Amino acid sequence: MIKIEVDMTKCQHYGQCVFEAPNIFRLNNDDKLEYTAVADDSERANVEAAVDVCPMQAIRIVE
Amino acid sequence: MGGLRCAEALRRFGYTGAITVIGEESWKPYNRPPLSKEVLAKEVSHQAVAFEERSATADVNWILGTKAVSLDVEHNTVTDSDGQTHRYSALVVATGLRPKRVVVENSELANRFALRTLDDAMALREQLQPGRNVVIVGGGFIGCEVAATATKLGANVTVIHNASHPMLRQLGDELASQMQLRHEAEGVRFLLKRSVDDLIGETSITGVKVDDGEILDCDVLVEAVGSLPNVEWLSNNNIDRNDGVLVDSAMRVTRKDGSPIKNVFAIGDIARFANPLFDGVPRRVEHWNMPTETAKRAASVIAAMLTEAPSYPGILDDDFKPLPSFWSDQYENHLLAFGLTSLADRAELAQGDIGGDCVFEYYRENQLVGVCGIGMRAAVQSYRSKFI
Repeated sequence: MIKIEVDMTKCQHYGQCVFEAPNIFRLNNDDKLEYTAVADDSERANVEAAVDVCPMQAIRIVE
Repeated sequence: MGGLRCAEALRRFGYTGAITVIGEESWKPYNRPPLSKEVLAKEVSHQAVAFEERSATADVNWILGTKAVSLDVEHNTVTDSDGQTHRYSALVVATGLRPKRVVVENSELANRFALRTLDDAMALREQLQPGRNVVIVGGGFIGCEVAATATKLGANVTVIHNASHPMLRQLGDELASQMQLRHEAEGVRFLLKRSVDDLIGETSITGVKVDDGEILDCDVLVEAVGSLPNVEWLSNNNIDRNDGVLVDSAMRVTRKDGSPIKNVFAIGDIARFANPLFDGVPRRVEHWNMPTETAKRAASVIAAMLTEAPSYPGILDDDFKPLPSFWSDQYENHLLAFGLTSLADRAELAQGDIGGDCVFEYYRENQLVGVCGIGMRAAVQSYRSKFI
């Protein structure tokens, strides 16, 4: 399993991560980011891609 | 950033050999967009913008504060500004852009700033104080972001721009004029279809002479008039350097005769390539996600080549059509865009209200080439599937 952290003080809800890892990240009806904090290892590559594309560099994978 | 992302991707694609990154700046890679936005408004430091280092790239050899000065593709060597020569099996050119500057007669004055590097942002931040007269030359995205930030910090801001509205090329007439109104409501003054005639001052800048004769008081001049690709060091290799570096869909640098150099790649802002999402015209795209996308593409090819993987050379023919993306924050206006809105010949309001949050679609003839919203991010996001 992998654990995901988003620093919500940095996150500006651009949603770039949503397309890289749609099973983990989503924008709700208020345009705010929501995410699943624990995911299967099979999501690692997608979440790493989401980490890369986050404009605010707010996403981390906690090993 | 491109260099770092490429190194990370090389490890991910199974390359275990040596990686050296040569960089002109003394800082390790950092995230540039906040430099004109929240970081400029708050505390400017490397820590605030540095990319997190990953264990997979802990053994990368960083040569910082040193720039690459020449390339010899026949002998596979790069020479740096310390006089050291480095041999390579594969080379990635990620030397990026430098800001253009305003060309005037009276040019040797203090308090002129461009905004590209962390050092630039640190120097500018000190000058953005309440009550100072800040003149920004260039009303593109960087100029408008600095205008918003400087205004929030209490400066008196004037923007001199050569077109009829700020950000016109990317946003189109209707949205650009709307953003102009929002800036003006915050107190920014725009001088449109104007340029700088000369600067006034003896040691430090005190004024700007506009081409219509108006003289503006100026304590701080910010020059946001575009960028130039750092490609001069590639000369004498018969490389196509007409506006950045021409690369093929595998990011391989192309000679003037159109043939690719097998082990030399270019990524990021300087890579000029055709994107089949739009057409066959090679373009440089200065949007934020391009260094990451092109770095990954180059790394996948390099790793396959150097590890002699069965996927090479077939991987050269894989599709590469990254969707450009940009965003901008100006006051409480959060812009998010996909595609290449600057290719459009018309823009249409698709959702929302022009005076509030809204989404515009950008068309070239009948082809959707871009989408941009103020707010309404989920709605803008939903357009991605129309491109990919």
